[in-house]
Amino acid sequence: MNVSILPRFLACVALLASVLSPQVAVAQANLEINTPAINAIKNAMAARHSQLEPFLASGAVGLTRDGMVALRDANAVPLNQRATVNSLVAQDNQDRAALYREIARANGHPEWEADIRNTFAQRWIERAPPGWWYQDAGGGWKKK
Amino acid sequence: MPRGIARWAGGAAAVVLVCGCVTINIYFPAAAAEKAADKIIDEVWRTDRPPSAARPADKAPAAPAVPDTKP
Repeated sequence: MNVSILPRFLACVALLASVLSPQVAVAQANLEINTPAINAIKNAMAARHSQLEPFLASGAVGLTRDGMVALRDANAVPLNQRATVNSLVAQDNQDRAALYREIARANGHPEWEADIRNTFAQRWIERAPPGWWYQDAGGGWKKK
Repeated sequence: MPRGIARWAGGAAAVVLVCGCVTINIYFPAAAAEKAADKIIDEVWRTDRPPSAARPADKAPAAPAVPDTKP
């Protein structure tokens, strides 16, 4: 009787393997980041970066440990530019939150959002040029 | 009842297999996420371009040389 069970079991295993292995392979090789939603957010952030970059370079704005940007020294911003910088920071943070959420969703794992945010937080800081400010693990500001 | 036992064993094996696969799949792919993050950071910060090409565009808004000459 075992003989009749074995082929059925093997067929089951083959089916499961064929269904599940592509997902495992994708999870290990690459994350999907080429969706219309992600590209739109990315392009908006790239366009904004030319305006935000002087404030990052002057240290008025810093990179936070949770993958956002924050106004860390308002005194470094001339009075007539403070509204601008506040709005740039707010808009960028909206896009950053949406970016992390969208990447998690595009890969079928909304629960990865926090992990993606942490990964980005580390990479933004790691890749920042010298002179930019960032938040260390304890929340203190440091200059690269 | 050897047939019943064999069927039960087969079912149990299938359940274990499915659980195993699902467990593998929910691990966060940290290396892939770093790669994805770097690619997006390159595009947002334009770090993939040579610095010399980015400079003129950066300088332009910083020096509004044209004075506001209204009558």
